[in-house]
Amino acid sequence: MPLYVDLVVFLLAGFTFPLVNVLLSKLVRRDYPDPLKEVSYESGIVPIGDARVRYHIHYYIFALVFLVFDVEGLFLFPWAVVFKQLNPAVAFGEAVVFIAMLVVGLVYAWKKKVLTWI
Amino acid sequence: MQPEWMAPWLWTLILAVVKTIVVIAFVSLNAAVLIWLERKVSGHMQNRVGPLRVGGPAGILQSVADIIKLLAKEDFVPQRGDRWIWWLAPSVAFAPAFLVFWVLPFGPHLVVEDFNVGLIFITAVTSFTLLSIFMAGWGSNDKYSLIGAMRAGAQLFSYEIPMAMALVAVALATGTLNLTAIVEKQRHMWLIVPQILAFLVFYISSVAELNRTPFDLAEAESELVAGYHTEYSGIRWSMFFFAEYTNLLTSSALAAILFLGGWHGPWLPGWAWLLIKTYLLVFVGMWIRWTLPRVRIDQLMDLGWKFLLPVSLVNIAATGLYLVVVR
Repeated sequence: MPLYVDLVVFLLAGFTFPLVNVLLSKLVRRDYPDPLKEVSYESGIVPIGDARVRYHIHYYIFALVFLVFDVEGLFLFPWAVVFKQLNPAVAFGEAVVFIAMLVVGLVYAWKKKVLTWI
Repeated sequence: MQPEWMAPWLWTLILAVVKTIVVIAFVSLNAAVLIWLERKVSGHMQNRVGPLRVGGPAGILQSVADIIKLLAKEDFVPQRGDRWIWWLAPSVAFAPAFLVFWVLPFGPHLVVEDFNVGLIFITAVTSFTLLSIFMAGWGSNDKYSLIGAMRAGAQLFSYEIPMAMALVAVALATGTLNLTAIVEKQRHMWLIVPQILAFLVFYISSVAELNRTPFDLAEAESELVAGYHTEYSGIRWSMFFFAEYTNLLTSSALAAILFLGGWHGPWLPGWAWLLIKTYLLVFVGMWIRWTLPRVRIDQLMDLGWKFLLPVSLVNIAATGLYLVVVR
């Protein structure tokens, strides 16, 4: 059982490197704090209201179709790797049926005109 | 190599730290070169000469001046934002860009970990870039940032599936997910020849993944000020760009490994060939950035779902059919 020490060290380094740089910059720079500088930017005016309003996500239909195809990709990777060890005609036929079912769904969504930015 | 008195775990740890330092040095050098190269390339594409007066041949010391300036800049913290999320976002942006080097091979044995499912590891890890953009957009509590973050989500839905499908075709053609093995399969013919469609789909998707023009909708400086990093200044802002240049390098290197034969080439040593191919692709990325105008977000979604996805599915079917017929 490999322990993947390198992976853990890489992960820690990747997280801490930006923070170390921020600390390093603290030694060099000089801050002149001012409440007006810490107001969030809205093209020069005082911000109106909070940014976290109820936001209409225009692409939620895409998000649903995305989930389906993401899982499809998950199933296709193992199939692609062992393809040459299987009976090729059978393996190919099965994958075509599997992809075709999802493509039918995609075409249906397309024809129903839900694949648009609404 | 290992001294007698040293415990094995300590030796492993020291080796890991040394590898990390080497990769950090390489990544930093790469970012410094790319800052200069991007300014130079953009200058020449716009009939200017780019940075010249700072010093060094062709103004190469411009990067040093840029880094010193960014280190010395004042740091603003937006008071209304979610402090912790805002504070962690640059780290979350950099960590995945850095983790890719864990599996990225630069030669037959020049790799940190010869991971068996390296291809899946890279696609999984690079998707976290979206998380950092969303953390930055949400943590800032700024309207421009939030719109940029929402657009980044839409962008992920558009490019991720075609990219995964292009990689499935690669796995189908080579029969492995190990990056070193994929390169070894290309000893006689580069994969770009049979898989030209997969290469084009992968390259377009990777430009979208990098958030670079024509797909820089999450930043869109002419519409959203600076998009998701509007509220970042100085060194924190530069960390996003550090991550972006690292991602540009790794995605170009991945394209070179998967499609352009990796380290195969005459005369020069393998790593030199891989670096030449990688920086050639980096240059093509800059060329695209300074040539094409930005697309609209609905155009990007149409491109992903109604063009790239069908093309990559047809490519998978064609590759499978070819394998069936040839056998």
